[in-house]
Amino acid sequence: MSLTEEELTMQSAGDSSSADSGDEEVIAPEVNRLARQTGEGSQELRPLQEIVIAGGPWPELEGDGQTMIINMGPQHPSTHGVLRMMMELDGETVVRAKPVIGYLHTGMEKTGEELTYVQGATNVTRMDYVSPLSNELVFATAVEQLLDVEVPERAIWMRMLLVELNRISSHLLFQATNGMDMGAVNMMLYGWREREEVLRVLEMITGLRMNHNFIRPGGLAADLPDGWQEAVLGVCEQVEAGIADYDKLLTENPIWQSRTVGVGVITTEQCMALSITGPILRSTGFPWDLRKTQPYLAYDQVDFDVIYTDNGDCYDRYRIRLFEVLESVKIVRQCVAKMPGGDYRVQDKKITPPPRARIDESMEALIHHFKLFTEGFRVPPGETYASVESPRGEIGCYLVSDGTGKPVRMHVRGPSFYNLQAISPMMEGRMVADAVAIISTCDPIMGEVDR
Amino acid sequence: MTQVASAYASPTDALVAAFPSAVVVVSHGQSVVHIDKALLADVVEYLRVSEEFTMCLDVTAVDHLQDSERAQIAGIKRERFEVVVNLISHPRNTRIRLIAQVPESDPSVPTLTSSFSGTSFPEREVYDMFGITFDGHPDLTRILMPDEWIGHPLRKDDAPARVPVTFKGDPGPR
Repeated sequence: MSLTEEELTMQSAGDSSSADSGDEEVIAPEVNRLARQTGEGSQELRPLQEIVIAGGPWPELEGDGQTMIINMGPQHPSTHGVLRMMMELDGETVVRAKPVIGYLHTGMEKTGEELTYVQGATNVTRMDYVSPLSNELVFATAVEQLLDVEVPERAIWMRMLLVELNRISSHLLFQATNGMDMGAVNMMLYGWREREEVLRVLEMITGLRMNHNFIRPGGLAADLPDGWQEAVLGVCEQVEAGIADYDKLLTENPIWQSRTVGVGVITTEQCMALSITGPILRSTGFPWDLRKTQPYLAYDQVDFDVIYTDNGDCYDRYRIRLFEVLESVKIVRQCVAKMPGGDYRVQDKKITPPPRARIDESMEALIHHFKLFTEGFRVPPGETYASVESPRGEIGCYLVSDGTGKPVRMHVRGPSFYNLQAISPMMEGRMVADAVAIISTCDPIMGEVDR
Repeated sequence: MTQVASAYASPTDALVAAFPSAVVVVSHGQSVVHIDKALLADVVEYLRVSEEFTMCLDVTAVDHLQDSERAQIAGIKRERFEVVVNLISHPRNTRIRLIAQVPESDPSVPTLTSSFSGTSFPEREVYDMFGITFDGHPDLTRILMPDEWIGHPLRKDDAPARVPVTFKGDPGPR
């Protein structure tokens, strides 16, 4: 687009006359020259106009009943991903709140119907990306129930070790983000620091920091590497030192207490009605932990306590997650001490792939390997529901098979999905500043909410 | 843990006594009760009030459109959809699963929100994903998909990912 000089001056004159109010705007000659040189018309170097802020001040609330609806999120940094809160405000007070979800929906349950049972673990591990091993464990348990296989002793203890390490890293992430949300920014650095050490151990064992795909139907992907005891015990000490620091930093801190004590209170009855599990339920004085009440893996053979408190507020949820880490450390230490020998997966040629060395020398082993990774194995028809205690509550997997290599239905009951329903009763009547604390202590993971 | 007040040792026995049409099966060691879909809300309310089922863990559905080898259960007419409800009793430390057959021609079940208000989210999810409506639900809207979405993604005949690809300069079929 090229303009002649007359057009250019006319255009800029027209612009200035329409925009200003009385004052003659004169374009400096050098500015005019620049505008011509760009070849994009005069729009780039228009004379400065007065900036008018549209809208003006919010209308004043007059008397009662005049409220305002505000959307918080989905890109708000304190909403832990893409959670959108619709809040009706009366001044600074939240009258009603409604979580709006679906921004991270990726159809993982539909994808799960297209994947074989071997591939399925890669899918479910991406749901709750902060505690992926719980997802893998519940999926593997459901598949093993349908297959009617029992995994060897060593696989059970390895799974317990990994899941507890993952619980530690998940709760440390909670401490980090919760501290940041409340304004204790140094907590974020400390929590992240210790979590990184745990992830390093998980990387050493599984090969990946997140989305491990390590717990698979029939056992695990590999055995524990050399020197795992030292690494695990070393990280236990680091985590304990870290927890002592957080305790010193926050638990008795008057600013921390005034931000959290008595904020976002929920009762056991509300939790029961709203299907809320995990630390939120335990913070109301109800000591329900599937590891104790319906033991799976070998949780009945290790010594640990269920942490619970009575008040059901943000402070209690913080304390529960803090001290649960120490219980997990206890379990991890016992796993190291009691780790049995033997095989880390079921020796069933129809479920587990043959060892690498066998593939070189046996045609049948090669065929089995090929079949397992292209078609997967067939699972007898049936339906089952498996559940384990994830760091956020009860994670369940409802699996329906029709006898082929792919599930008819793979549904995951994500605890965060249900726990989000607690946000509305917790928030109502509280201030906007408390909303951040309440969302944070609910600890929702949006990947699991939306799946 | 409180003492169980029910007259029956097993909740499934009590359920069959109260609702004679219920069919009890055991699936991998778990109690599963098949019930008529019209009775779903009544059964859940009965279990909550009389049998101390304190929490509804999960509501979901299954589409059996392509499932030709479904096991037949005496007394149950298999339909295309199944609505699956998982309940847990904390005092009794036991679980029960209710399954209701939902025909394609009338995909609706009564809502459970009057018994457990926490079933609001999962019922919205089932409506969103399967198009099964829950009569009496206070806010039955889409929850995961956009409001203007057409179709219900987890139905077996819904294939949202299959977009026809056209190639530039494609001469077309000869």
